[in-house]
Amino acid sequence: MSYRWDFAPVLDNWQALAFGAIGTVRLFLVCLVLGLSLGLVVALMRRSRHGVLRWLAIGFIELFRNTPVLVQILWFYFALPMLVPVEISPFGAAILGISLNSAAYSAEIYRAGIQSIEPGQWEAARAIGMTGLQVLRRIVLPQALRRVLPALTNRGIEIFKMTTLASVVAYVELLQQGKLVASLNFNPLEVYTVIGALFFLLLYPLVRATYALERRLARSD
Amino acid sequence: MTGPLLRIEGLGKRFGDRSVFAGVDLEVARGDRIAIIGASGSGKSTLLRCINVLEHADQGRVILGGEPVGEEVRRGERTETRYSEAALVRLRQRVGMVFQQFNLFPHMTVLGNVMEGLVTVKGMGRDAAARQALAELARVGLADKAEAYPAHLSGGQKQRVAIARALAMEPEILLFDEPTSALDPALVGEVLDAIQALAAEGRTMLLVTHEIGFAYHMATRVLFLAEGGIYEQGTPDEVLKNPRRPLTQAFIAGHRRFSF
Repeated sequence: MSYRWDFAPVLDNWQALAFGAIGTVRLFLVCLVLGLSLGLVVALMRRSRHGVLRWLAIGFIELFRNTPVLVQILWFYFALPMLVPVEISPFGAAILGISLNSAAYSAEIYRAGIQSIEPGQWEAARAIGMTGLQVLRRIVLPQALRRVLPALTNRGIEIFKMTTLASVVAYVELLQQGKLVASLNFNPLEVYTVIGALFFLLLYPLVRATYALERRLARSD
Repeated sequence: MTGPLLRIEGLGKRFGDRSVFAGVDLEVARGDRIAIIGASGSGKSTLLRCINVLEHADQGRVILGGEPVGEEVRRGERTETRYSEAALVRLRQRVGMVFQQFNLFPHMTVLGNVMEGLVTVKGMGRDAAARQALAELARVGLADKAEAYPAHLSGGQKQRVAIARALAMEPEILLFDEPTSALDPALVGEVLDAIQALAAEGRTMLLVTHEIGFAYHMATRVLFLAEGGIYEQGTPDEVLKNPRRPLTQAFIAGHRRFSF
């Protein structure tokens, strides 16, 4: 079978795709910041002395880890407004679904990192008079974050790719725009190839940047 | 201030069903240097860690400078001691500790390790803290390693940094928990020299150690722990040269077996 590749119609629609790329990056950045910071809060809640906070954290983690993000996005978009009088945009529903899911996953990553720090570090910091919060901020978290950076990078990559799920509520991102272009020009092969390539081109430099960060943090070895 | 700097009254600690020690009384005056010796599991380290409350004693209390550490609250039949974070922070600034495994902060430079308490706990400015930290490092002979990371130091150097880190807080009492037990024999001397120098300054210290010879030369008093408490105590000459009770005699004899 010989297929004549023709990228011209894709290039003709570069504005639509650029628009989509902006939507993807915007959703990614919001979900990355919200997901990874909320995850840290949840991880700390899970280690709390107070049972209520601990159980809230565990409930949150299990709820959002064990349901599909796609379902979460649809639920926030279609179901939530039926329960409470709020209007949720596709952007809002996608942020909620992806951020909460990422928070649940990254909470467990942070927890693993914090637990991997030797008890002697806590003791030495406490022995010079540091409070629990100071020990966390100055001694434990800087070491723990460094150890879990590869796992967090994985999470970040996952968040980037999860943004495509927002197309289910017609949020304007790369995949949504690609579908549009493909249906207009009947050229799914070229369009989805380009979409895949665009994801790679956007993501790979970010991943390289985290490697550079890892090297920088390895100064003390 | 009259009275002892540190007083321990009826201190008891158990781990599950096992009692480590019970009814331990001890008075430490300013300038005392107390060596705590005994077999493994006799509770030497636990006793030390109950003093700065890294370990919570089950009974008794610790009185520092006339003030009881923690607050006694009645809970049904029993009284238990609660420690507020503020009380622990105050206590630990007055009682420094050096650990067997050094426990330096690996992500900070040597200088950063020594400065940390000054900046974070005492709220000192970074410049002033760095100056004082450098002075403490010079005291243990490591000013030239200020910019190095702990991973690049020998065990003996790490322990001297740990000593400088404790000293920087200007504690009234120093606790040493087997400070040379994790070291190569060749590196023990430099750490003992650093401790000896502090002893010569008249600092108050409690030292858990297996270095019986060092305890003999450094200590003003020796405690031998066995059978869940202070089994024998006295001057180094009394306890280490002429022990009166059988377990102490056996312990000292064991340590002298290979002396030549």
